[in-house]
Amino acid sequence: MTVAEAIPPVPILELAGLHKSFGSLKVLDGIDLAVRPRELVFVIGPSGSGKSTLLRCCNRLEEPDSGAVIVDGADIMRPGTDLNAVRQKIGMVFQSFNLYPHMTALGNVTLALCKVQGLDREAAELRGRAALAQVGLSDKEASYPNALSGGQQQRVGIARALALGPKIVLFDEPTSALDPELVGSVLAVMRELKAAGMTMVVVSHELAFARAAADRVVFMEGGRIVEQGPPAAIFGNPREARTQAFVSRLSQGHG
Amino acid sequence: MAEILDTFFNIEILLRVLPFMLEGLGMTLLLCAITIPIGLAGGLAVAWVWSLKKRYVNWALVVYVDFFRAFPPLVLLIFVYFGLPFVGLDLSPFAAVAIAFLLNASSYYGEIFRAGIESVPHGQWEAARASGLSRFQTMLYVVLPQATRNVLPDLIGNTLEVVKLTTIASVVALGELLHAARLAQSLVYNPTPIVAAALIYLAFLWPAVRLLRHFEHRHLVAR
Repeated sequence: MTVAEAIPPVPILELAGLHKSFGSLKVLDGIDLAVRPRELVFVIGPSGSGKSTLLRCCNRLEEPDSGAVIVDGADIMRPGTDLNAVRQKIGMVFQSFNLYPHMTALGNVTLALCKVQGLDREAAELRGRAALAQVGLSDKEASYPNALSGGQQQRVGIARALALGPKIVLFDEPTSALDPELVGSVLAVMRELKAAGMTMVVVSHELAFARAAADRVVFMEGGRIVEQGPPAAIFGNPREARTQAFVSRLSQGHG
Repeated sequence: MAEILDTFFNIEILLRVLPFMLEGLGMTLLLCAITIPIGLAGGLAVAWVWSLKKRYVNWALVVYVDFFRAFPPLVLLIFVYFGLPFVGLDLSPFAAVAIAFLLNASSYYGEIFRAGIESVPHGQWEAARASGLSRFQTMLYVVLPQATRNVLPDLIGNTLEVVKLTTIASVVALGELLHAARLAQSLVYNPTPIVAAALIYLAFLWPAVRLLRHFEHRHLVAR
């Protein structure tokens, strides 16, 4: 069975003609992208190329100026969309973790379960514990963020996203703020997540991870998608000179 | 020495006026129970509206806050109690105090809460909103707990000011502690009741000041 057959054709997330400017600066300049179920799409590009903005437009944390964002078959740009309900389908993991410092790991994971999904405490904690177990932090549920390492904090961040039962998880440079020796633990969790069939969009510079785990690599520059394809093609044999230059620069940097 | 004790710490006089002064203390405590929650609630409302970042609303808010922080609270209370009846609003003394303190204290508390809210990193908002919490829920469960902790020394300090400010309620005939003491003084021709009132204030405020020290110290250490 080839990869193409394994992935059903109907996208979970589809961006069409997405534009976004900050003042006179065009950050997204006509983005079209479809992410199919179980797919891991890896987004690379120089800083300022619009990768993070692209991700943040997917759950309207950033408001696109124009274009469609279709999540699970519904255009969430339509007026009257219940955004807080849509966001239950879209998990998000942040570069700086953004854990709530006044809550324990379990509290972080269960807050939205209680307040948005309306679960009672017992049911929320059951699901919260399952999510923490999934990222290997069952023994840390009572710990506050400042007592956890960066890698553990980010795994709590992932558990917080997973607990909602999302259809897709967005990762915004999940390992950029981590000490090198802690990166592995987070990537391992992401790899397991991929193996379990989670749909993921990852903005990151971890090319080795992209080679091993990504179904598709998207190269962005200047608010546009320059080139996309399987990791072997993008890293081994890119069509565009710009892609080639970026990839070789990044590979050297990571030595 | 005996003369000083007789004048300022006259036990006999103290025992005579004590029941009257305890009534005053009761009124002061009642006033605190009214003004502090009203001020806090008003301040939270001011800070919440501010956080919505509507430009013209916030301009109006700046005018409101600046005005009532600059306006003498005693004059404000007199205006509310003796002025509003002329426009057909007859207020009880308690209602007048409540309104005057709402206007005055909410301005101070509002500024403190605003500073606290702004001290919470934007990523906290993003994480909470991305998980589906509404603006209000994010404020309530994520931002305010952190904001309050960050400005706790200022909140306690301002609350001490509000407690001391309740003495102005005597102008609308609410016999609070200091008013009772002055009345007692004029009846017995002796300042002992005033000294007693001062000691009672100290007894209540001193622990709060110590608490404030504790938090300020912890704050400095945390940095």
